[in-house]
Amino acid sequence: MRYSFLFIILLLIGCSSGTTPVEDAVEAKILHYGNGTEPQGLDPHIVTGVPEHHLLLALCEGLTSSNPRGGESLPGSAASWDISDDGKVYTFYLQENGKWSNGDEVTADDYVWSWQRILTPSLGSQYPDMLYYVQNAEEFHNGTIDDFSNVGVKALNSKTLEVTLKEPTPFFLGLLSHYSTWPVHKPTVLKHGTMDDRNGQWTRPGNFVCNGPFNLKTWELNKKIVVDKNPLYWDADIVELNEIHFYPISNEMTEERMFRAGQLHVTSTFPSNKCEPNIKEINPNIKIHPYMGTYFYRFNTANEALDDVRVRKALAYSIDRQKIVESVTRCGQIPAYSFTPPGSNGFYPDTKIPYDVDLARNLFKEAGYDSGEEFPVLEILFNTSEGHRKVALAIQQMWQQNLGINVELVNQDWKVYLSREMIGDFQVSRAGWIGDYEDPNTFLDTMRPNRGNNKTRWDNYEFDELLARANATLDQEERYKILMEAERLLIDEMPIAPIYTYVRVYQLHEDVKGWYPNILSHHHPKYIRIERD
Amino acid sequence: MSQSSSLWSDALRRLFKNKAAVAGAIVLLVLIVLAAFAPWIAPYPYAYQNLDLGASPPSSVHLLGTDVLGRDLLSRILYGARISLLVGFIATTVALIIGVSWGIVAGYAGGKIDSAMMRIVDILYGLPFIIFIILLMVIFGRNLWLLFLAIGAVEWLTMARIVRAQVLSLKNQEFVLAAQAMGVSNFAMFKRHLLPNILGPVAVYATLTIPQVMLLESFLSFLGLGIQPPMSSWGTLIKDGVESMEEYSWLLIYPGLTFTVTLFALNFFGDGLRDALDPKTSE
Amino acid sequence: MLGIFLRRILLAIPVLIAVASITFFLVRLAPGGPFDADKAVSEQVLKNLNEAYNLNAPLSEQYFDYMTGILVGDFGPSFRFPGRSVTELIMTGLPVTFELAIYSMLIALFIGILSGVTAALKRNTFLDYVPMSIAMIGICVPTFLLGPLLVLIFGINLELLPVSGWGQLPGDKILPSLTLGFAYAAYIARLSRGGMLEILNQDFIRTARAKGLSEKMVVIKHAMQGGLIPVVSFLGPAVAGLLAGSFVVETIFQIPGLGRFYVEAAFNRDYTMILGTTIFFSVMIVFFNLLSDIVALWLNPRSRDT
Repeated sequence: MRYSFLFIILLLIGCSSGTTPVEDAVEAKILHYGNGTEPQGLDPHIVTGVPEHHLLLALCEGLTSSNPRGGESLPGSAASWDISDDGKVYTFYLQENGKWSNGDEVTADDYVWSWQRILTPSLGSQYPDMLYYVQNAEEFHNGTIDDFSNVGVKALNSKTLEVTLKEPTPFFLGLLSHYSTWPVHKPTVLKHGTMDDRNGQWTRPGNFVCNGPFNLKTWELNKKIVVDKNPLYWDADIVELNEIHFYPISNEMTEERMFRAGQLHVTSTFPSNKCEPNIKEINPNIKIHPYMGTYFYRFNTANEALDDVRVRKALAYSIDRQKIVESVTRCGQIPAYSFTPPGSNGFYPDTKIPYDVDLARNLFKEAGYDSGEEFPVLEILFNTSEGHRKVALAIQQMWQQNLGINVELVNQDWKVYLSREMIGDFQVSRAGWIGDYEDPNTFLDTMRPNRGNNKTRWDNYEFDELLARANATLDQEERYKILMEAERLLIDEMPIAPIYTYVRVYQLHEDVKGWYPNILSHHHPKYIRIERD
Repeated sequence: MSQSSSLWSDALRRLFKNKAAVAGAIVLLVLIVLAAFAPWIAPYPYAYQNLDLGASPPSSVHLLGTDVLGRDLLSRILYGARISLLVGFIATTVALIIGVSWGIVAGYAGGKIDSAMMRIVDILYGLPFIIFIILLMVIFGRNLWLLFLAIGAVEWLTMARIVRAQVLSLKNQEFVLAAQAMGVSNFAMFKRHLLPNILGPVAVYATLTIPQVMLLESFLSFLGLGIQPPMSSWGTLIKDGVESMEEYSWLLIYPGLTFTVTLFALNFFGDGLRDALDPKTSE
Repeated sequence: MLGIFLRRILLAIPVLIAVASITFFLVRLAPGGPFDADKAVSEQVLKNLNEAYNLNAPLSEQYFDYMTGILVGDFGPSFRFPGRSVTELIMTGLPVTFELAIYSMLIALFIGILSGVTAALKRNTFLDYVPMSIAMIGICVPTFLLGPLLVLIFGINLELLPVSGWGQLPGDKILPSLTLGFAYAAYIARLSRGGMLEILNQDFIRTARAKGLSEKMVVIKHAMQGGLIPVVSFLGPAVAGLLAGSFVVETIFQIPGLGRFYVEAAFNRDYTMILGTTIFFSVMIVFFNLLSDIVALWLNPRSRDT
């Protein structure tokens, strides 16, 4: 009996040899994509995460498409557009041969209906504010007005869409590459539910209809999602992949092993434990490029320990950012000396945050604390995660050593952490912000007074006014000058202490071509090819 | 009552003959001493980071190596011993107190009270406690005392059953009936007659519960629900080790080894104790 | 006998109601709601979301709706996965966890019974200590340590077996089942050793031996039937425990089972999913306890109410 068991094991092991998925893909043109967590869903008006975004990039398309090499937006389902002189009226001319995956024409009415859908309160979308720049959109969403025909989006004819904005919004085109502004197919949605039913069944394989380069083929929960090429897509000629297989792998080490075993072409991340200074020479498959995101610590300025700007600056100046990115995060992160990541659509903040322990100590004394013991115990709140813990431990040590203060670490699970931040039950909390579109506004806007994402209780009306002015300025150079002032003001007041700029670290197989690094990390599947040199 | 004292010396004799149990006892003793004196023995404070050093293999400076933040592994294992053993002992004590009291009352009272009390135990036995504990820890955060209570609350059920069974079998023995006839009070009954005879199985089961509890605590730590940083139990150390086991295998091996050896020792000792006290299964 | 089981089943119903109710209220007490997200949700949107899931209704109303729903098997929609019902999600994860539990149990039984019976037969010799020590590995090495170690040795260093997934690559079911199985092998080994020792001391065994039957016949035909009763009684709680305790293994090996769903639901405050899985696990536990009791009773009518 013992022997037969052994025999079975050997048999099973023997059967595991053969070609790998990556090998087979050269012929079959199938991309194997490690996609992080299982997507919540596929409805562009309901989902909020990055794994969902990767899927939606394959399945659907908006008016504009973000440029894979970064910078100006490219045509998407709109072939071209006109902008009025005052910058408030956009006229979009949709692709002549733009079709839904079931053959229906993509029309301007589709967009009007879709935007009404996401702005309908009972749908419960979490991203309606992407469209708040449109005239009366916010008022429709919060119920001030009832009639959607008063909202600034109209179908002039079946292929022409006119959008009227509240104010000239220089970054509006970039905003349209965010999936919350994308269209959904009205007959399909209504066939499987109502307009505002979150639990409608239209996103199931077999029901799903959208206007992107790929179509939903199968969806096995927690196993795999398969999309295949949509021949009716307006730009189908340039699409070379036949299928994409998305794997929900939440464990980064498992994903790394799967990549090594030839099961994946691209991973969503890379274990930081394996990062070394010269990792890219050792492993040419590793890609590291700047990502539009900032890792920072929030100060609760309403807390008496932190309401003095000198204290906040002292804390910020006692963090050795270089040491953190070299020894703690180790994967090529970049120390951050501004809130907006440098290079965001050509915006390079010139703010500085020195690592200067003497200056920090002096500021501390000026604020009235002769020694660290006089300062109350400081608590750093973060959500349970190895990475956050390591950074917090390092910063705890730095503050204790450099300023002599007592620091405690509190890690809470994700939801508790969020709720404590929301109600202001924290002193210092770890935070991260990823840009929704490529423009500094996506960062600076969050620090305006009364913004839900502010959470620091720092309400500065000078800052607010600068941003309002910038948003009304059409000339990029002028506008950036104003934004630079805003950034400087922010760093001078230090309600937040930037720590490092994110980088995307992941593995990419050499067979994958047409994959361009860009700061938003949008990799449009329509350009990707599988070729072996 | 010389009968019970010869019972004990018999048991002790059998225990010493069991080499595995003796080995286990010695290991435990050493461990407890090390854990108690950890603050004096440990070469480094457990939270001291050396970011420049990072993870390094065992060397003369750091006998068991360091972790990614440059913290000395040997010191962290020693301090971890305190936490893990503390959780083990305290939670087991909680389980003991609740379970023994419950079992004594049910067994001695008998009749409807017994029925009702054991019915409750049956019901609770059927609940997926792991699930509740996870939920509790997620909701109420990582309070150390809550951890003790939650773990203890899971383990007391079997203790109650064992004690009750023991009490039931003792209740009808002659010396108890005789004492009752003589008018000995209930309380004195507990103290002089029942307790010493219950002590045996309780001691055995307690010794065997401690490793269960330690396993449970380390499981919670693995899920991120256990002890808060920078304090670490062995569970946290193992979790950290798993993450970097390919590059820095010592971070997994040494805490893992220590944990396993401790559990082996506890189990061998507990088994030995049980064999020693129950002649049927040891001869 | 029938009476006992009917009583047990009737008893189980209020238990399950209690479990559902406790979980319902416990989950609502938790700080942090299902819709809290990194990007702050405006009050307006939060109100809309709560409205969509009937969370603005008074708690008693929600409770009543939920409990009546359960009676017809409707556990409600998942909060985290719009468009999917909890029942659907459970049905996706259940077969996987079940399969894992069965394979692990088979391994546990194989290793456990073999070790335990051998140890009982060769009492206090080398063949007693060694198998019992190996079986002890299951009790002393936590699953989340054993699993990664097996992965390290067989998956990475020797590259013999796949290290993740379930049913995607040949052989990927081996390591997870081994890891989970070892944990229970130890208990089964102990129980079978203890049970066998008791039986072997009894008169009818001595009689059988005196009659000249071979040792093998004595063991297999006579001793094991009685000696393994403790194992059978243990099976019920064991399978139930396996179902619930598969969390770690499913996490380590990326297995798309129910345990993983549960942990994620707890972290995401997916109320309905938490409730659904908790009730489901409770039902399973009750069911398996009952089942193993029936089998144990059938095998040996003498072992009633101990």
